Amino acid sequence: MAEVPRTLFDKIWRRHVVQERDDGRTLLYVDRHLLQDGSAPAFAMLRQRGLVPRSRERSFATPDHYIPTHSRSLADVRDPEAAMMAQALADDTAAAGIPMFGVDDSRQGIVHVVAPEQGLSQPGLLIVCGDSHTSTHGAVGALAFGIGASEVAHVLATQTIWQRRPKTLRITIAGALGNGVSAKDVILAVIAKIGAAGAAGHAIEYAGATVRALSMESRFTLCNMSIEAGARAGMIAPDETTFAYLTGKPFAPQGEAWDRAVEAWRALRSDDGARFDREVSLDVSTLEPMVTWGNSPEDALPISGRVPDPEEAPDADRRTSMQRALAYMGLVPGTPLEEVAIDRVFIGSCTNARIEDLRSAAKVVAGRHVAKGVAAWVVPGSGLVKAQAEREGLDRIFADAGFEWRFAGCSMCLATNGDRVAPGERCASTSNRNFVGRQGPGSRTHLMSPAMAAAAAVTGRLTDVRALLT
Amino acid sequence: MEPFVHLDAVALPIARPNVDTDQIVPARYLQKPRSDNFGDYLFRDVREDPAFVFNQERYRGARIVVAERNFGCGSSREHAVWALYDHGFRAAIAPSFGDIFASNALKNGFLPIVLPAATVAQLLAHLDAHPGLRLAVDLPRQVVRDPDGTEHTFEVDAFAKHCLLEGLDEISYTLTLMPAIEAYEARLSKDNG
Repeated sequence: MAEVPRTLFDKIWRRHVVQERDDGRTLLYVDRHLLQDGSAPAFAMLRQRGLVPRSRERSFATPDHYIPTHSRSLADVRDPEAAMMAQALADDTAAAGIPMFGVDDSRQGIVHVVAPEQGLSQPGLLIVCGDSHTSTHGAVGALAFGIGASEVAHVLATQTIWQRRPKTLRITIAGALGNGVSAKDVILAVIAKIGAAGAAGHAIEYAGATVRALSMESRFTLCNMSIEAGARAGMIAPDETTFAYLTGKPFAPQGEAWDRAVEAWRALRSDDGARFDREVSLDVSTLEPMVTWGNSPEDALPISGRVPDPEEAPDADRRTSMQRALAYMGLVPGTPLEEVAIDRVFIGSCTNARIEDLRSAAKVVAGRHVAKGVAAWVVPGSGLVKAQAEREGLDRIFADAGFEWRFAGCSMCLATNGDRVAPGERCASTSNRNFVGRQGPGSRTHLMSPAMAAAAAVTGRLTDVRALLT
Repeated sequence: MEPFVHLDAVALPIARPNVDTDQIVPARYLQKPRSDNFGDYLFRDVREDPAFVFNQERYRGARIVVAERNFGCGSSREHAVWALYDHGFRAAIAPSFGDIFASNALKNGFLPIVLPAATVAQLLAHLDAHPGLRLAVDLPRQVVRDPDGTEHTFEVDAFAKHCLLEGLDEISYTLTLMPAIEAYEARLSKDNG
């Protein structure tokens, strides 16, 4: 009898089962545990129990949340408690012998940018991190998901994690992306379509010709925001694009081991006829650049649209929540989105701070200048991205246009290091969350692609970047 | 961890979808040590709005949250559970939860209860009509009980239920499975050998 066709998710899941309980809870082995400077509570839990990390060679750390992006000195973090978080990571990892790229290391950066860039994220691995955007690493064909502090402590102590098997959802994307339209627009369209809880309890596999044609950078963007659709994980089957990206990376297999690895990785795809619990498909051939207007990533619209009118909401609950979002965002129903003026631009975050993102923004910015009254920042995703951009002269393009060119970190995505949007200020941001107060108390966030954020920077309002690309 | 068995308490109706963990506890408090009372940081920015239901005196002693879909979505911060817990909350009822939030909750003696959207809508309407109403949660029987006696059954992982009822901790349990973990690791190094 032929073997049952299996999904990519199923193949990776099975391989990591240590033990299964009758109630469906499964103990999974963790290949890669990524740590950042939010890990202090987990290390404290471990100490309280007198436990030590079990597998330092399967752990890797780099600080990103609490470090300054205007300098490389922790002494420049004004808030002593914030500085302590970064210092705690250095101390905890040093004591445990866990490798760490510190703030003074040129390879430091946002952990979800650094781990793939170092070849730590590989097809078939089970990767966890105490950060919800761990779904990013699924782009290389890994099963990767975010966990809480107690779970971080659990993984440190046992190198395993309890999970209930999620359902599977395949999102098949077809159609060629138009000029000025990117993976960010695709994922915002996906979330707008299925909702912020649309993939709750599911692991997503992104498939289809459009996904196959995406670069690794774009695939990271896509998988990164899976969590904004409520998904446990997002993943993409590895292919030649994945192998070309990983080859020669410091922590990737080398020589003969590489050849053996690639051979094994080729089997990591959903078999023909594999059954998914749910299927969604999307044609993106006519997709426009997207922007969000509200306080959930599901509140996304094409840039040609208008601020929605709560009076047209399908029900009273939706009307109330729209009214609340519009009041917070300071928006008037019916206003063309392109007329919404902005105060700040943030190009950065684990969603969109890779080299391709900076190139696409620089292309828009070149020969133009940031609009009067707008403060615009570029925060590269890692020290290596920053160095690459500088070799390509992108830093000059941004600086000449009036952007600030910063050091790598999470920065204004969530403002934990003090890089924040002031109350009432409106920010065109390439990050992943437009939540109330996300970029600082009272901040108003519009999510969009790097090219769209660049366009907003030079015009001073939400702008269809396609008009600037012709 | 404090065991969770029965709960009979005032329910706080948050008739909103997508109450994310940034709202539950803003990021600037994530650097605070666990020894802080995170209850002080609960809904810290959202409660600036005087109309926010949390501010009403009659909900002061509330221990159950009832919310619309996707409660606790977003960031993996366990501090969101700590903030609810330290404020006195022990359970939340919603049609769906952020996956990581739900998982964090169970590790801290806080019960996330999933009920059908229509049931939650009914509960919210009921709470809106009778503010300060109490709900009862019976974990052994896995039911939420209305004051009028109506019972709503909910699902909970057998293992999570056991841990909650006994106040047990997952790490201690997993450490008893170390032989299985070591056997897995031995297989792994053989495969890679």
